[in-house]
This record gives sequence, structure tokens and C-alpha cells, in this order.
Amino acid sequence: MKKKEAPKLITEEKLVLQLYVSGMSPKSMEAIENIKRLCDEHLKDAFELEIIDIYKNPETAAEQHIVFSPSLIKKLPLPKKTLIGTLSDTEKVIKALGITFKK
Amino acid sequence: MNVQKKNTFPKTPTGISGLDEITKGGFPKGRPILICGSAGCGKTLLAMQFLVKGITDYNEPGVFMSFEESAGDLAQNVLSLGFDLDKLKTEKKLRIDHVRIERSEIEETGEYDLEGIFIRLNHAIDSIGAKRVVLDTIESLFAGMSNDTLLRAEIRRLFEWLKGKGVTTIITGERGENSLTRQGLEEYVSDCVVLLDFRVIDQIATRRLRIVKYRGSTHGTNEYPFLIDENGISVMPVTSLKLDYKSPGDIISTGLPALDNLFTAGGIYRGSSTLITGTAGTSKTILAAHFAMSSCRRKEKVLYFSFEESPDQLARNMATIGINLQSQIRAKLLLVHASRPSLQGLEMHLLVLNKLMTEFEPKTVIIDPISSLITIGSSSEVRAMLVRLMDTLKINQVNALFTSLTQLNSSNSNDATVDAVSSLADNWINVKNEDSKGNRVRSLLIVKARGMGHYNDCQHFIITNKGIRFLTQN
Repeated sequence: MKKKEAPKLITEEKLVLQLYVSGMSPKSMEAIENIKRLCDEHLKDAFELEIIDIYKNPETAAEQHIVFSPSLIKKLPLPKKTLIGTLSDTEKVIKALGITFKK
Repeated sequence: MNVQKKNTFPKTPTGISGLDEITKGGFPKGRPILICGSAGCGKTLLAMQFLVKGITDYNEPGVFMSFEESAGDLAQNVLSLGFDLDKLKTEKKLRIDHVRIERSEIEETGEYDLEGIFIRLNHAIDSIGAKRVVLDTIESLFAGMSNDTLLRAEIRRLFEWLKGKGVTTIITGERGENSLTRQGLEEYVSDCVVLLDFRVIDQIATRRLRIVKYRGSTHGTNEYPFLIDENGISVMPVTSLKLDYKSPGDIISTGLPALDNLFTAGGIYRGSSTLITGTAGTSKTILAAHFAMSSCRRKEKVLYFSFEESPDQLARNMATIGINLQSQIRAKLLLVHASRPSLQGLEMHLLVLNKLMTEFEPKTVIIDPISSLITIGSSSEVRAMLVRLMDTLKINQVNALFTSLTQLNSSNSNDATVDAVSSLADNWINVKNEDSKGNRVRSLLIVKARGMGHYNDCQHFIITNKGIRFLTQN
């Protein structure tokens, strides 16, 4: 049942993600690294990721109700989720994004 | 209102009536100020008034960051106070940013900071050149979040940042069980802390304000009652009064020439206070009405506090003895303010009186009867209030007249109101009814008149359809 060598992740639908970061802060860089690794390793083309710098887009930050930085918003599939922090807790990230392991 | 100009550092006037006097000029400029208190005590309103007055009175644009209410709700809530937020927003004087956090959507996945708040605030401040900021209530951030330490550090950083930005910031906080705020924000806001309180004593609700801390500045330390009405918040700086009022030397009439003649000066001093005591039905109110009319005849406005009769009833009753109050009311020379003493606490009555005095600018104030007020407070409270009241009137050089009901079987000396007022009043007139051979005989006696001589014998009088007429001619 377990295939340890190639852990494939699947999602029901394509993931639409927005990562709000504050410039080049260490936490932001860490979050970018974490989400990129996760997506590239496991999601292949089943995702869209947009990285937005709130320093450059303060209006957007207000519109999107960004409080914490970094913030990863899962726009689709619903329900909407906001993952705050460096995204270093991979298990929690995977669960919150609604990704399941392929059997 | 005299605000002393001996500031050690610049201050930002709050624009809230009375508060600038207590704080000796306002809040510390460019620093965070903490306003704390339990739910419903008026924190948000005070903060909003600070912003709106800043815009309208001092041309200082402001940013309101709300962590609880939406911009629409806020605007609606303060519309009844005459604050048109939408108008200020379109004029680019005000920005409201509602920080909405959906707990159920949030997952903590590592370390984070509050840079989102910083950026939004920075953008809002810069876009309108804001000088004042309100954060209402930043402690809501803590709800449902696991990392308190991190949030605390970030909030501390935010306050420092706001200081560096040079904006005067009001931070509101809900009162905690053993601390001023739930999250101990008072540790981070070291410059100025204001505590609001909402208490119900003997079923009468009073709002109070106290400056807990104001670093580098003197301030009033008492609890000050405050009022929320259709003009927002006004604070009563009760103890900022001193015994240094001026005493005018000119003489005014009591409204009855025969009574005037009982004083050697031919009347009483302008700006003096007069007490009329007597048992029920001794025509105290009639004397008060005569006094009101004399002021109206001089075209000086009269503010009449009636604690027993409605304005209509008072006018009707006086009309039967030829005193036409109604025409003076119509001419806007007379304002009758009727309310039940038990409707509000003592301070509230005083506050209402103060407010009316500023708005109506009367030259004469009548309180009929002042003894009604003792039913709603302890005697020490009543005395303190009366002293404040007298001082307020004296400072404004207002002619004051108080009537006081004394009990039949008690001597004057142990009557709380008489006790409190008689030493403060400049003139004291006692009226009484006596039975003589089956007839009622009304008489009047001048007990005292500061700064002038007066007749010492009882003057008999009757009430005719033209008012009071003295029987003994002098």
C-alpha cells in the first residue's frame, strides 16, 4: 500500500494560490522556498501560484485583508483558506490545502 | 475654557469638551495613548470623536483601523452624533480600514509577522497625510491565535513604529480581570493611559473617565463623569475650579422692588447666589419666577431648572398670578429645563447644567428646588456637587437662585441641602407660613446678605393676581 520512493500528491481540482510576502524579509523568502518546493515536487502542473509583494501593492493588501505576513491564500478550490507563516509545517500546509496522498 | 500654555512637550488637542482641560492641553503629540474600559463604556466613540474633531477643528486627517466593526457599521453608529464619515472620506481627510480576520480560514504554519498591518497603516497614513490614528481594538488579533508571544512582540514593534511615524495614536483595549487590558497592552503604552468606566449605583448609571497615567505632564487625577449625548462625549472637569473668580459690584433687582428695598444696596449683587428656603407652599417658586422675570426684563437670558414641574405647568401656574413666563420662553430669553432628579446621577445633572450653560449662555440660573437633588445622593456627594455648581456659576458671573424645601418639623441646621448651600450662598431668604387667628400669614425674612446690610424683621406678604405684594411698606 505504501510507496515510499515517489510520494505523489493529488488534488481534486487545480490549486489557485496567492502568496503575499513583505519584500525580501527572511520569513518571506522562507515561505516562497517552502511553497515552491512543495508545488514543484508534488503538484506538477496542477497549481497556479502568484507571489505578491505587499510593499509594492499596499492597496491589494487591504483589499485582500492581509494582516499577517507571509500569507498564502488558497483561492480555489473552495473553501478559501489563509495559511499564515513560513509554511514550514509541511503536514499542516498539505492538509490545509486539501491535498491527499495518492494511494 | 482656559487651557494653560505651560506645556513641557507638544500636545494634540482632543477636541472633546472637558478632556483637554483635564489633560492640560490634550494627548501627547506623536505618541500612543491607551484608552481602556469594559464593553460599552464608550471607547470607540471617544476614539472616533478624537479623529473627527481632529479633522474638523484642527485640520489633522486621521486613519481609523477597525478590528471589530466594518466601515459601514461605524459610519452608521456615529451618524446620530452628527459625524458624517462618508463626507470626510470623500474629502480625503479620513480613511477607515476594516481589518477582517476569518479565524476559521486561518492556519498557522510557521513564524509570521504583522507586516500586513504595518503596510496598510503606512499606506493609509501617507495617502491622506494623517496625523491621528486609531486602532480599535487591536487585542482582537489575539483571539484564536496560538502564538501570543509573537503577537505581543509585533504589537510592541507596531507602537514603536507609529511613534517613529510621528502620528498620535489611540489604542483601545478591553478591560481585563486583573489588568487594565486583557493582553497587558498598558506595558507597551507608557505615555498616556485613560480608563473609562460605566457604573450603576442605586440604579443610576454614570460614566466616568480617569487618567491613569500621563508621563511628563500634570493632569487631573480624579474620576471625571462624562456624558454621551447627541454631540458625542463631554467630560466634566469638576475639580479644575478655583476660588479666584471676579466679583462684580453692580446691583440687580430681585424682581420685586419691595424686596429690593430690604437690602441697603437696593438689590443684590450681580453674579451672587441666593438661597430661598421654606416649607411646602411658601411661594418659593413664585419668588423664583419674579427673579426670572427681572432678568428677562434686563434682556438677560435665564436658565430655569425645574425638578418638580414641567415647563408647561410652570408657565400655566405662574400665568394665574400674572407672571407671563410663556412669552419669555417664546422670546428665547427663558429656557426651562425640566427633569426628574432620579433620572440621572448628580454629576450628570451638573454636566447637563454645564452643557446648557455653554450652549445657552444664561446670565441667570435658577434651580427649583435644589433640595430634590439630595434624594439621589449621599450628603457628602451632594455637598461636593453643590460646591462645584456654585463655583461654575461664580466663574461665569451668573446670578444664581436656588430654592430649597425644608421639612416642617426639622430645624434648618440639620437639613442637608440647607447645610450645604447656606454657607456657600451669598444671600439667604427664608419664607414661611404661620397660622394666626385662623388665618395663614405669609412672611419673608432675609437671613443673610453678604456685603450689604438688610432688614432684620419679618416682612408679611400676600399673593395677588399680580404676583407677590408686601404688606409692610418700608
